[in-house]
Amino acid sequence: MGAQSLAKIFATVVLTVSSIAAIASTGKVENPIQHDTHADHHGGHHGHAESKHDGGHHAAASHGGEVDTKEEINAYQNHHLADSHDFGLFSYGNEDRHHVGFPLPVIVWTSKGLRTFSSSKFHHNDDGHAVVEEDGVNLVKIHSKIYELDGGAHTVNFDADHHPKNAHKVLDFSITKSVVGMLVAGLLLLLGFGALAKGYKKGPIPTGAGRFLEPLVLFVRDEIARPNIGEKKYKRFMPFLLTVFFFIWVLNLLGLTPLGFNVTGQIAVTVCLALFTFFITTFSGNKDYWKHIFWMPGVPIPMKIALMPIEILGMFTKPFSLLIRLFANITAGHAVVMGLIAVAYTARNVLGVPGAFGVSFALTLFISLIELLVAFLQAFIFTMLSSLFIGMAVEEHDHH
Amino acid sequence: MSLINDFSPGLFIIQAIILLVLIFLLGKFAWKPILNSLNEREEGIQDALDAAENAKKELENLQADNERILNEARAERDTLLKEAREMKANILAKAEEEASSQTEKMIKQAQEAIVAEKKAAIADLKNQVAGLSVEIAEKVVKNELADKDKQLALVASLLKDATLN
Repeated sequence: MGAQSLAKIFATVVLTVSSIAAIASTGKVENPIQHDTHADHHGGHHGHAESKHDGGHHAAASHGGEVDTKEEINAYQNHHLADSHDFGLFSYGNEDRHHVGFPLPVIVWTSKGLRTFSSSKFHHNDDGHAVVEEDGVNLVKIHSKIYELDGGAHTVNFDADHHPKNAHKVLDFSITKSVVGMLVAGLLLLLGFGALAKGYKKGPIPTGAGRFLEPLVLFVRDEIARPNIGEKKYKRFMPFLLTVFFFIWVLNLLGLTPLGFNVTGQIAVTVCLALFTFFITTFSGNKDYWKHIFWMPGVPIPMKIALMPIEILGMFTKPFSLLIRLFANITAGHAVVMGLIAVAYTARNVLGVPGAFGVSFALTLFISLIELLVAFLQAFIFTMLSSLFIGMAVEEHDHH
Repeated sequence: MSLINDFSPGLFIIQAIILLVLIFLLGKFAWKPILNSLNEREEGIQDALDAAENAKKELENLQADNERILNEARAERDTLLKEAREMKANILAKAEEEASSQTEKMIKQAQEAIVAEKKAAIADLKNQVAGLSVEIAEKVVKNELADKDKQLALVASLLKDATLN
């Protein structure tokens, strides 16, 4: 926890430094006026952020794909923190931007039923200008969300907050980059731990990669599950805890690779993980657990009544803290790394190209190392707290 | 903030399915065999340690037994030796006693025999002396009586001495 808060403090400092550098360099960028007018036009906090994004894309289109200004960088960051419908590796070229990567299948449930097509049909457009007509349904992609145009319209009309007026979101089951990330992580886990499990058939001591994996399993069992849930009951929850621990950790680590997954930074993913903990806690809660929530033993009756809503609220705040913590830490980590990489561009007017690059490289390297720790730490904390909550639910209170 | 807006229900559902499948598959093909193997190994190690501990205890018991038996044997040997010594002393004492009594008896018998022999010898001697005396007396008498004059002279001398008082 100490390292985590340290990292946060450091991140704050670094962010401040980088934004100062960014502000310092904004004055000298090629075309700041266009973005400013854009931002002013849309107004509002939300709209501001979104419009920057939008503006960034317009600028990217008009200036040949270079990401130079603070706004463009912000937009670029937001774009890359969000889930993506295609697997982009990198893009190049100024006049005609080339994207290297591969498209992913889009699977959406529209008002007229299921529609599947390749994400390449959007032609890397993310602001609703590329309309895909798929069997009588017009679909557009705006900020990584797929919208269905109402009543056969062929263009999106935006309101003042840059929200589409004549389109609604569809239920999106696409194999997005995050889904690919989860599948890759799942496959890695199955292969790695499947091999470890098979290794035990040959002898009691694992060989090869198993030597590295076994202590991790033992760590989860002996440092997380056993002390928090208790010797008698921990076995039942081991599959969940082990899966979640390694799933989160592998996904966090995948997020640090240049492939740029941000799976555990997707709120839907952390909500799902936290809901699993919530349901397991709720359904494995024993009589004592519910008694402590609804009728706290050992306190006067007015206190019992006062504690009841607090405890009921606590049931939900516990998993909620889980989902926010994981989401915020990973998203912040990615944002900081991208921000520091951006220092190479934003600070080059102040420090010169080699200076800006050197500073950016050193800071990014440093923060990446911390992120490596955070990747483990967040997996550990999620699993730790999950087992703590489960432990509270199954604990036997024989002292009352 | 667009946190709610960012929430993708589709991704949520896919994630839930992936996680459930993953928990099931990993649980079945990885965690269960891994944890079982780990448990078995730990139990095996514990058993081995227990067995070693037991063996050590048994060895200690055995050593204690050996020590005890050795001590007992030593004590027995000591008592045996002591008994033997006592026996020897007894036997010696008895033998001595017997020997002395035997000697005494023999001496006594010898003495008795000597006395008896002595008596017999004396008796024999007496008999021989008597015979001899008689013989001598006979010879003397014969000799004396052969000289008549002398006899008469003797008688005269005797008579002369024998004054009639």
